[in-house]
Amino acid sequence: MDHGALEREQVQRLARLCRLDAPDHELDDLAARLAAVLGYVARLDALNLDGVLEMPHVGDETNVLGEDRPGPQLDRQTLLDLSPQIFDCFVRVPKVLGEGGGA
Amino acid sequence: MNAAIDRAGALNGRLNAFTQIFDSPGAPRPGPLSGMPVAIKENICTRRGLSTAGSRILEGYRSPFDATAVARLLDAGAVVIGKTNLDEFGMGSSTEHSPHGPTRNPWDLDRVPGGSSGGSASAVAAGIVPVALGSDTGGSIRQPAALCGLVGLKPTYGRVSRYGLIAYASSLDVIGPISRTVTEAARVLQVIAGPDEHDSTCSKRPVPDLLTSLESPVENLRIGLVRSMLSGANHPAVNQAIEASAARLADAGATIVDVDLLDPDIAIATYYIVAPAEASSNLARFDGVRYGRRAAIPNDASLDDLYRASRTEGFGPEVRRRIMLGTHVLSSGYYDAYYLRALKARRLIRNDFDRAFDTHALHALLMPVTPGPAFRIGEKDKDPLALYLEDVYTVGVSLAGLPAIAMPAGMTEGNKPLPIGVQLVARPFDEPTLLRVARTLERLSPPMNFPA
Repeated sequence: MDHGALEREQVQRLARLCRLDAPDHELDDLAARLAAVLGYVARLDALNLDGVLEMPHVGDETNVLGEDRPGPQLDRQTLLDLSPQIFDCFVRVPKVLGEGGGA
Repeated sequence: MNAAIDRAGALNGRLNAFTQIFDSPGAPRPGPLSGMPVAIKENICTRRGLSTAGSRILEGYRSPFDATAVARLLDAGAVVIGKTNLDEFGMGSSTEHSPHGPTRNPWDLDRVPGGSSGGSASAVAAGIVPVALGSDTGGSIRQPAALCGLVGLKPTYGRVSRYGLIAYASSLDVIGPISRTVTEAARVLQVIAGPDEHDSTCSKRPVPDLLTSLESPVENLRIGLVRSMLSGANHPAVNQAIEASAARLADAGATIVDVDLLDPDIAIATYYIVAPAEASSNLARFDGVRYGRRAAIPNDASLDDLYRASRTEGFGPEVRRRIMLGTHVLSSGYYDAYYLRALKARRLIRNDFDRAFDTHALHALLMPVTPGPAFRIGEKDKDPLALYLEDVYTVGVSLAGLPAIAMPAGMTEGNKPLPIGVQLVARPFDEPTLLRVARTLERLSPPMNFPA
């Protein structure tokens, strides 16, 4: 596979996936910087990784089912107060249904 | 304590180590750290003041709770005098990438303090607080400690709860102390370490006594000197500091064994896939809706427009790049080639450390922290890889989840000498041995003459 090189369209698509805007005048610089890192990490291709198990984390803790009991929690007003825009006891967002619902 | 606050106020204009200084800190509680003034990196949540992780997207964010590490410090009697500057979300090695502007190194104000916990390191090196909390994902405690002539302790992954640490890369992030002495670092780790029901990745192993064994002799200990890292690409003072430290430990009765590890370039390549991948997922929560900063958008804009506008305005350029890089390596068609390969390489790196410890029956490894001393502000801004390579000796340890400590071990020559650090690494959860070796090295090393 061709490591590194990224087309402008690919960078734009990536930005969309990330919910970021990538204005046209930044695309070339972004593509070059991403390509530099991807070019560097390509040295992993030289490793023999046959039969090596993936290691997503190092911890020795395992999942356990906790007892289902109520505990202390933050109250609604405290959490609402964190939001930049609230209306009554709701977090305000743009229309998500019908026209304009791009999400 | 008031002295610490006064000194912070007097020096911060020059250093920009603190993003906030708290006045009237209140009476300390009784406890093992009673009355100790501490500073907290701003990606660690405190009920008092702001916890923005150095990002505009969390502008004005006040945490409704204290991080577990902070709560334990307060319970032990420590007093938080302020929050310290960092590279946005911990992504950087210079503390230049913050909406608050760059933090400066007290040894030379034209130079960076390292990062991302540069504000914490600068505050301790300037004698404002004896200890500050930092966080280390790929070297963010150890590298600034080394560049500021300090002790920087990255505990084993899972030794300290991450509850209340604003996540960058969850499988790597660890909270730890930056201090002037090994003993202070041990005192703080003793308090903040241990199981926490709020963090399921926090180890349930009990925390051993870290203080009583600190002064024990190291006569029977075997230390591996990673000779392959004494590269010609390092500043000569780095290699000298390693050789001098090995000689000091040998004088104390330890056995020094030459060992080799995988090429550190492999660790850098692995890290710059794994960390951005995790970051792209962790930072998806910042949407301009539930907390932090919300972009102004036209009335007819969609929810998606709000997300994009808030995130584009809120994240700095390096954070946006890492989110994109992480999204790329996780995306369909690239996942196997990048992310899965990196997870396998991570296993090789951990196995390589285990092999070195086992084959030579080692108690600790001795290696560099950084390739050189503190660099000038702006010096590594142009080339994205130059800054990444600052982490070349620290990221492997992070990927393997091992405990490590950066120790001051020498100075560069010239009319403005700069501190040089060395790194000790131990087996998982063997902080007692790590600290004992560090304390021995500290006793035998020339004292740091901190700038007034």
